[in-house]
Amino acid sequence: MASNKKYWKSVEELNENSSIVEALQNNEFVEQIPVDEFLGDKESLSNSSTSRRDFLKYVGFSTAAASLAACEGPVVKSIPYVVQPEEIIPGVADYYATTIADGYDFANILIKTREGRPIKVENNTLQGAVSGANARVHASVLSLYDNLRLKGPKIDKKPATWNQVNAKIKTSLTEAKAKGGQVVVLTNTTASPSTDKLIADLAAKYTNVKHVVYDAISDSNALDAFQSVYGFRALANYNFSKADTIVSVGADFLGDWQGGGYDAEYAKGRIPKNGKMSKHIQIEANMSLAGANADKRIPLTIADQKKALVKLYNAVTGAGSSVKLSKLDAEVEKAAQQLKTSGSKGVVVTGLDDFDAQLLVLGINIALKSEAFNPGDAKLTRKGDAKAVAQLVADMNAGNVHTLIMSGVNPVYTLANSKDFVSGLGKVKLSVAFTTKEDETAVKVNIAAAANHYLESWNDVAITRSNYSIAQPTIRPLFDTKQFQEALLVWNDNSATYYDFLKGFAAANLAGKTWNQAVHDGFVAIPVGALAAQGANFGASVSKLAAATSNGTDLVLYSKVGMGDGQQANNPWLQEFPDPITRVSWDNYVTVAQADAKKWNLQNFNVANGGLNGSYATIKVGNATVTAPVIIQPGQAEGTVGLAFGYGKKEALKEEMQVGVNAYALYANANANQSASITLADGEHEFACVQLQRTLMGRGDIIKDTTLTTFNKANDAGNKEVYNPTPVVSLDHKEVAATSVDLWTSFDRTTGHHFNLSIDLNACTGCGACVIACHAENNVPVVGKSEVRRSRDMHWLRIDRYYSSQETFAGDIDKKEGAKGLMNSIDALDAMENPSANPQVAFQPVMCQHCNHAPCETVCPVAATSHGREGQNHMAYNRCVGTRYCANNCPYKVRRFNWFLYSKNDEFNYHMNDDLGRMVLNPDVNVRSRGVMEKCSMCIQMTQATKLKAKKEGREVGKDEFQTACSAACTSGAMKFGDVNNADSDVAQLLEDDRMYHLLEHIGTKPNVFYHVKVRNDK
Amino acid sequence: MKKVGNPNSFSKTFFSLAFSVMFAIGVNAQDAAAAPAAAAPAAAAPAAGTGDAVAGKALFNTNCAACHKLDAKMTGPALRGVGDKYDKEWLYKWVKNSSELIKSGDAKAVKVYEEFNKTAMTAFPQLSNADIDNIIAYTMMPKEEVKTAAVPQGSEKTGSGVSNNLILGVLALILAVLVFMLFMVNKLLKKVVESKGLEVAETPKSLPLWKAFVQNQFLVLVSAILFLLISAYFMYGYFMQIGVDQGYEPIQPIHYSHKIHAGDNGIDCKYCHSSARVSKNAGIPSLNVCMNCHKNVSEFQGDKDSVYVDYTKEFYTAQIQKLYDAVGWDKAAQKYTGKTKPVKWVRIHNLPDFVYFNHSQHVTVGGIECQKCHGKVETFEVMKQDQPLTMGWCVDCHRKTDVKIQDNAYYKKIHDQLSKKLGVTKLTAAQMGGLECGKCHY
Repeated sequence: MASNKKYWKSVEELNENSSIVEALQNNEFVEQIPVDEFLGDKESLSNSSTSRRDFLKYVGFSTAAASLAACEGPVVKSIPYVVQPEEIIPGVADYYATTIADGYDFANILIKTREGRPIKVENNTLQGAVSGANARVHASVLSLYDNLRLKGPKIDKKPATWNQVNAKIKTSLTEAKAKGGQVVVLTNTTASPSTDKLIADLAAKYTNVKHVVYDAISDSNALDAFQSVYGFRALANYNFSKADTIVSVGADFLGDWQGGGYDAEYAKGRIPKNGKMSKHIQIEANMSLAGANADKRIPLTIADQKKALVKLYNAVTGAGSSVKLSKLDAEVEKAAQQLKTSGSKGVVVTGLDDFDAQLLVLGINIALKSEAFNPGDAKLTRKGDAKAVAQLVADMNAGNVHTLIMSGVNPVYTLANSKDFVSGLGKVKLSVAFTTKEDETAVKVNIAAAANHYLESWNDVAITRSNYSIAQPTIRPLFDTKQFQEALLVWNDNSATYYDFLKGFAAANLAGKTWNQAVHDGFVAIPVGALAAQGANFGASVSKLAAATSNGTDLVLYSKVGMGDGQQANNPWLQEFPDPITRVSWDNYVTVAQADAKKWNLQNFNVANGGLNGSYATIKVGNATVTAPVIIQPGQAEGTVGLAFGYGKKEALKEEMQVGVNAYALYANANANQSASITLADGEHEFACVQLQRTLMGRGDIIKDTTLTTFNKANDAGNKEVYNPTPVVSLDHKEVAATSVDLWTSFDRTTGHHFNLSIDLNACTGCGACVIACHAENNVPVVGKSEVRRSRDMHWLRIDRYYSSQETFAGDIDKKEGAKGLMNSIDALDAMENPSANPQVAFQPVMCQHCNHAPCETVCPVAATSHGREGQNHMAYNRCVGTRYCANNCPYKVRRFNWFLYSKNDEFNYHMNDDLGRMVLNPDVNVRSRGVMEKCSMCIQMTQATKLKAKKEGREVGKDEFQTACSAACTSGAMKFGDVNNADSDVAQLLEDDRMYHLLEHIGTKPNVFYHVKVRNDK
Repeated sequence: MKKVGNPNSFSKTFFSLAFSVMFAIGVNAQDAAAAPAAAAPAAAAPAAGTGDAVAGKALFNTNCAACHKLDAKMTGPALRGVGDKYDKEWLYKWVKNSSELIKSGDAKAVKVYEEFNKTAMTAFPQLSNADIDNIIAYTMMPKEEVKTAAVPQGSEKTGSGVSNNLILGVLALILAVLVFMLFMVNKLLKKVVESKGLEVAETPKSLPLWKAFVQNQFLVLVSAILFLLISAYFMYGYFMQIGVDQGYEPIQPIHYSHKIHAGDNGIDCKYCHSSARVSKNAGIPSLNVCMNCHKNVSEFQGDKDSVYVDYTKEFYTAQIQKLYDAVGWDKAAQKYTGKTKPVKWVRIHNLPDFVYFNHSQHVTVGGIECQKCHGKVETFEVMKQDQPLTMGWCVDCHRKTDVKIQDNAYYKKIHDQLSKKLGVTKLTAAQMGGLECGKCHY
């Protein structure tokens, strides 16, 4: 028995709560050893006179110190609750339904919490939920733990109390009322009926109150067009699963077009069933996600797109007046005829930022009687009125605005005429900004009111007319913050809490559900009828569009799926998220067509370490200029350039995240389509691009891709080998199927579970929600721009994007096969490295393939990676010594090495470097240390948890109960995970599909991840 | 700092043996002194009043003790001397139906009712007047003198200890006599040699032992190898115990005795560590769980048959007070003050971050006793880490333990198929895949 006598070194130690004692116990050296002083600075290091002997002394001392320190374990304290909340059991996750509504992204979601901390966003899979959580929504949980959040209200940049803030605002409101000054409430699209009611109450109380809605990225034209046809401000909704022919004119509906969220239904129509799938024609300038997924892509300038719309309208309605495009006229004509033939099975959408174009699309869909067109269930997630905002800026400068109250907007950053707005702010008596960050606007206003994150707030959101959603807080406010609605109640002299107000207000909207049920489900489905179109003058729009001309180069401003409007710019997951199209992280850039790049002398080239470099270009729109790096984008329409919003922020942003340029500066009149001039600028930009190889080089066994015609013909003949050939290898000088040859004896895997992951290349839109979900679930570290540039990115799951070098991937194969002779082959292959001007695009998510005969396992000298009976390739981090043999031997290049310690390391100042950011870590998954290899584990913690749940309940596991983070995040249904030994499971059936193939099957690794051949509709 | 002993160290074993011998001797001396003191309280029971105090005690414990104590306020007032404060008839009425008495507006009744937060006492119509008399008789007994020495001490029972010591003493004496005799004989022999003038033959001077050793190279080689091997063995032993904290027994902010709770009072482990059933963490109970019992148990009563090392009753009562301070419970007012001070326990069982262990898998699914990994906690006065918690130890158990498949539909199919394949009737955790790296390391 050990002695339980306690010896103390000072009286202070008797005080159990003494912070000094604890500090001393935890850190032997309370002050940091000033290593940086003699090691951090290059100059002082080279000047210092550390001799070899001294160096050896340091080494000897530190080795001895390290080994001594390793001998004694630290004392770990455990502090239980005083009174434990009933619903929290340490170690058990709780899920809460809530709704994100940050003005740009709207979705019904579930929040996974552990010990009271929200750690992950999941899709709400209840029937009727608006569930398409994109990459940003998945990442939003990390924004909750942003260390640069505004942590308390400030008056004139000095910390203040909420009482002072509210008193000051109320005084100003009362003064405005007395003097007849105007009060303006400037908000983003809240889509919250209760908030609208509170603002209306405010207007009733203080009379001269105006509510202006401002969307950073405006859909004003589309809203105006919808309003002119249907009489209220909203956006038409679409259900692409009901369409056979989809024609999109500049609408990136798989990205952020009009709020996005169309992937799931689009993907349904894209999987060939009974020889049929939808046909998707994309007419656009920038290469967008939707364009990359299209069967036929027609790159056109803005003016030509407008004319194309007229062509479509004429074809559908049979109206006269012919228009002619400057190029690709025949292609558009063909598309128009196809649309006409589809009739009510056709649908047209447009992203042109033009009232007439938006109006005409409504006209075409009405004329088609399109089944996919659903104005009755209109989307209410955009309300912004660009004209009203412009008027507000004018009013402010005229001194007409007495009090300006803003919530959820950052006009100083997002307005093109930001300077006017700032000067206007000076003429406003009191300006207030409710904001989660001390952003560009918050530093310029009188009162910066710290607002709650959406995960700390109650709210109600009407996402569409048929949806009434409830948002509930999943954690108490981390800081001294209040939500805007609470403040409105105070100003309205309403003593109710917002919760009580909301509960009372919502009662009328719950369509028969109880309040508790509504909060539990997160939403209520409300039955709505169809909407009748009021008369609209489409003819005038036709003639205006037909007369469209180009002057100069078209600049098409767009938003990236990773960054959106930029409000989450301080989110390292999103910064490191590679753009699905360009595969560039940590940047925005001008996308330029290959032909234009040659004309303007713009270049992209790779340097010795594989990093991508590019020229800078100056874009001039009116008087505004922006100098941005250039990416030469295959598929970009000649005569157009693209630039993404959301970058170039400076305030409330860590230095590492201050990347890119601010495209809002060119967003004149809140119009995304601008005429610009481009000139080469000095300098060379270093990109952090994660993919060096741009084309497939005719290797049809990596992405198998075929046309619907071939597919149907082969299926009719019962010969899948035509589009999905089994690879052959040479055995005894005879060609035999690769699947029949094996170096190893196989284990019997028919007992127990055997996990497989299925990825349908037809359904995958490349949206990247899975990438962020994987980050959140598996504590994947963020490594920063310079490390990504060195190809040291840590993504466990990447989505490879390939361009074809010829018109199609099939053309690539023909060219490769057709090349005769050595010199001819070399020339041909050289040429094939360059993508076509308008290439076919394919996305392929690649993670650890969990090979049954894994090459990595055989080369590990310490058996750190080994195979489980259930199919996973295990990785024991604590066993790994970091030889990296496994990564060298992996044919799929999915293993990631921890070159550094990425947590608690000032050199990697991202979320894992501060206590707040580390709250997002999943406690069930290890945080890897320096020098170990890591990779996709097929979310073994999730499969283990599912098994344990079944064991505890004494039942078999349900047929599709097993999930991984990526398969759960995939709304398009491209990723399906499950147990192939359960014949009823989806994945077991998908394994038997004729389109099924394994990646690099000929090398005989027998992976547990399989893909489905991509079929393109060529009809 | 953590104190970790080398479990293989033989010196530790030696010292602990030596300690226990000394301790045993000490205990004997104390036991003798304690015996008469323990007998004293029993004699001090006078037959006061008309009731039977012994019967009253039994009634008191079954009916009243949940809310009353003799000498301290609890949910209800302290009851010692209650017969002097109120007349008997009033007490009969009060006990049988207090709320009626309050309703009738009786001044005394209302006063008590007001004083105790307007909580009416449960009615006891089943108690006869005689029963109440008996209870009053019990409450009228004078307060016992507290005898600190009454708490039995020491960790070993005596039994035949005395005779053992006696035998040892006698043996030591005999040894001393023998040594003395040897000395005397030697002296005598020397004298004989001297007196007879004899010379003792001198042995010829040989090489000193160490020189002979150095000259024999073979021996040097062998012993060098031996030395290296032995030191390697000990080095290995030393390194293998780094991070193994078996026997780790830190001092906790509150001296919590598992022996009293789980042992003497037989509280189920999972009453307090309830999350062990459903979660990966067994969980340290939150203080509201403690208060389920300690709202009533405010002082240590002890158990005559138990041994509590050398802690006094006051010591334990002070520990309960620490709990009250932490949870913010005002004992006198029987109210929460709202001022809480969470307890910073020192965590004993620390698995490294790279190991995933789930209690519910073992407790609920596997049906394993807590004691299997935590030792006989119900006998631990101070909690400690009983097992090494090394990977070898985990794996060993996984190899030996059969999977508990009874009435669990999850296992049925897998077990049938797998046991057929392996040709066994029962499967161990290892055969189910419990040795795969990824099952615990991710």
